[in-house]
Amino acid sequence: MALTLASRRTTRRLAADAGLLVVAAAFVLPLAWVVLSALDPAANLRVKTPDGLTLDNFDAILTPEITFTPLLNSLVLCGGATLLTVVCAALAAYPLSRFRSRFNRPFLLTILFATSLPITAIMVPVYALFVRVDLIDTVQGTIFFFTASQLPFAIWLMKNFMDGVPKELEEAAWTDGASSLQSLLRIVLPLMGPGVAVVTVFSFVMMWGNFFVPFMLLLTPDQMPASVSVNDFFGNRGMVAYGQLAAFSLVYSTPVILLYVLIARRLGGGFALGGAVKG
Amino acid sequence: MTATAPHPRLTKAPTDPHRARGPRLPVRLLPLAPAVVLLLLFLAGPIAYCGYIAFTDLQLTGQAQESFVGLDNFTRAFGDEEFLNAVWLTLVFTVLSSLIGQNTLGLALAALMRRASKPVRTLTGGIVVTAWVLPEVVAGFLLYAFFRREGTLNAILDWLHLPSQNWLFTLPILAVSFANVWRGTAFSMLVYSAALNEIPKEITEAAEVDGAGGWRRMWHVTLPMIRRSIGTNLMLNTLQTLSVFGLIWVMTRGGPGGRSQTLPLFMYEQAFQNSLIGYGTAVALLLLLVGSLFSLVYLRLLRTEV
Repeated sequence: MALTLASRRTTRRLAADAGLLVVAAAFVLPLAWVVLSALDPAANLRVKTPDGLTLDNFDAILTPEITFTPLLNSLVLCGGATLLTVVCAALAAYPLSRFRSRFNRPFLLTILFATSLPITAIMVPVYALFVRVDLIDTVQGTIFFFTASQLPFAIWLMKNFMDGVPKELEEAAWTDGASSLQSLLRIVLPLMGPGVAVVTVFSFVMMWGNFFVPFMLLLTPDQMPASVSVNDFFGNRGMVAYGQLAAFSLVYSTPVILLYVLIARRLGGGFALGGAVKG
Repeated sequence: MTATAPHPRLTKAPTDPHRARGPRLPVRLLPLAPAVVLLLLFLAGPIAYCGYIAFTDLQLTGQAQESFVGLDNFTRAFGDEEFLNAVWLTLVFTVLSSLIGQNTLGLALAALMRRASKPVRTLTGGIVVTAWVLPEVVAGFLLYAFFRREGTLNAILDWLHLPSQNWLFTLPILAVSFANVWRGTAFSMLVYSAALNEIPKEITEAAEVDGAGGWRRMWHVTLPMIRRSIGTNLMLNTLQTLSVFGLIWVMTRGGPGGRSQTLPLFMYEQAFQNSLIGYGTAVALLLLLVGSLFSLVYLRLLRTEV
């Protein structure tokens, strides 16, 4: 009996392994293309063994015009917006987590509602509005909009992490005469360091990959972040150099993949995302 | 405001620092101000503005002042074949990629992972999540390369002696739907992995002892137990899918001939290629309303104790 159960388990495990490997193979093909083509001197659109290995594709794209300026733009845009998001979210989460008030519930429900609104839908009116108030084609305007679109989720996440910090420590500080701001900065935030890191990285990753917002709100090519400039490989350069396109995609994607790996464990053996998806 | 009040904490007994009401409420809510200002100016503002210009004939150029046209944009939309086409394609795209694709595949992966060996589980999870973390435009490229006539999919079909075709031309909506499955399944997989982990082992084991096979256990035991996760996951997937723009834009630009033009791309085309901001915004408002509806259902499903 024990033996049959054990062998049934083994069969089942093998079947599950086989199933997963089939899916993994299907999923890995496009990823394999980008890695192989980046190293291939004669890359085309197929997954194939490279005709020799080369770093020429990287050499060709690692110029200020193609790579460094767009990546720097991305960094300024997403870095600025992330900083603003985290500061505003930490401040906002504090009263929501620490004090009971009749505003909390409606506020949090509104935030949760806004979290799932399709931001894509409002890009046309945002464009029209930005033209009217002269924020169009400005980095700060784009940063503000990025921040606002990321804030609902960031506040929600931050509040949930903050709820995990016990109040007793803070109360002791209050007795000693610390203000709320002091206790937030000196006690609560350090204690929820990993939570702050998750919000920071998550916001950054979301914005780094976002195409539509800068595509709409920025016009000057010099200001474009990598998410938009990568499009030029198709548009302006005539014949597409697929090897270079692949190399650029790798360079552009690597930072966010590394950052994600950094926080993946926090986000979850279940991608808790602070309860936003908890059923 | 009373921001200058000296250390309110000192004047209060520390035994009751969390009183619900009182004169200090404004001070307590002060830290909310930066976030609220940003949200009002850059999120609520545009949404309200959206509700206004959707009823005007605002154009991109050559017009000093827009004028109010009432419901014209909306009646126009519902008489516009391109709009109805976009609605239909959005529906196809959402049902295929989100309801069926991401949701079912995500659940299947999560269920298989519970039985699989650790290295396979880690490998598959890693690959699927990488597809999800990639920037939208890069994902678009990879799938563009995959589906092109000279691309990998046709190479495989050739190898299997199956007929190849130009997928992005013959079945563009199917290609972008698959792309969205490729990119979005990780989310469902993670949600369902978490949900399945919360089911007590005893329950499934009891069902197994009672002789229920794999499918029956799934249908009668597991699915009912994770139904709230299913609900929230479906909502979030749908909302996500409703706002996909970059992926389709990179792969097909909505073409050929509008055959993969979902509502966000239609909205963009009307507003910018045709310079009809008012009309484009009316479409945006409809999209936003549909999104809000889903969002409300999602809130109900969560029934969260905020």
